[in-house]
Amino acid sequence: MNLELSENLRNVVDQLSEQFSDALIDIYKSTGDTFIRVEPDHIVDICKELKEEYHFIYLADILGTDRFTSDERFEVIYNLVSLRDRERLFLKVWLEEENPTVDSVTEVWESANWHERQVYDMFGVTFNNHPDMRRIYMPEDFDYYPLRKEFPLLGIPGSIELPSSTPDTE
Amino acid sequence: MGIESALGDGYFTTKIDSLTNWARSNAAWPMPMGLACCAIEMMAFAGPKYDAARFGSEVMRFSPRQSDVMIVAGWVNYKMSHAIRRIWDQMPDPKWCIAMGACASTGGMHRCYGVVQGCDNFLPVDAYVSGCPPRPDALLHALMKIQDKIRTEHSVMLDT
Ligand code: SF4
Repeated sequence: MNLELSENLRNVVDQLSEQFSDALIDIYKSTGDTFIRVEPDHIVDICKELKEEYHFIYLADILGTDRFTSDERFEVIYNLVSLRDRERLFLKVWLEEENPTVDSVTEVWESANWHERQVYDMFGVTFNNHPDMRRIYMPEDFDYYPLRKEFPLLGIPGSIELPSSTPDTE
Repeated sequence: MGIESALGDGYFTTKIDSLTNWARSNAAWPMPMGLACCAIEMMAFAGPKYDAARFGSEVMRFSPRQSDVMIVAGWVNYKMSHAIRRIWDQMPDPKWCIAMGACASTGGMHRCYGVVQGCDNFLPVDAYVSGCPPRPDALLHALMKIQDKIRTEHSVMLDT
């Protein structure tokens, strides 16, 4: 592979591909950052390894995207930072359209809790073993996932209740 | 000339409507409902430079019990709308409402599923302020409009 990686990241990537040879699907650079796509089943192991061995102690974000393809439609992106080595690494998993599920990484980084709830709220991706899998922005009884591509920008009329505007008269 | 001549010096007569409207219009205490960036302009409106105190509106109450004018400053999302409506319902009558800025009036640039497209969907708005953000003097103008409105109101009804 001819990626221009820093010495440190090259080491990380080499070690990872040795250790998880069948879990790493793709490694590439884009806009100056390094992306690794992995098998969803191994995400927790890989995250643990990255945190414990390579000092990626800071999980900056977890994002979802809707690739809008018929197979492996949803993508979850983990944005990892090593403050000591000044490195940033993105992990990605692709999930099926029907019932997208991946293991939660809350046991590795506690901050994953809210990030994963956000991905759940917006895309309907569920995270196994998550301690508190609830919506975080939208009302509890909301039936849709707003950042899925088929969801209309202005929402579905009547899907969220407005307060009654009849004046309170005793 | 009417009753004044009978009362002698030191009296003048007026309609009770004019008296209450005069009192109300010069003591319109705002209920600041600061939700987003517009709230910063609303603070300037109360501050020394723009000085809403000139209009008797310096007393930002932060409590619905004693306020007359609700200033909805900023975009309203669906979850927040219930809290706003509750505070509005807790304000004593008579009360007035200003929708401050493009967002509170129409949803503004937040044309999306989470934001109510105008707080008049659930509140009776008396004055809309355009702009994003509107300058504090635009808010003063809305306040003066509401004062005009109060002065021309008929608050006392004849029992017929
Ligand atoms: S109108 Fe503009 S300044 Fe006011 S809340 Fe909306 S975006 Fe912010």
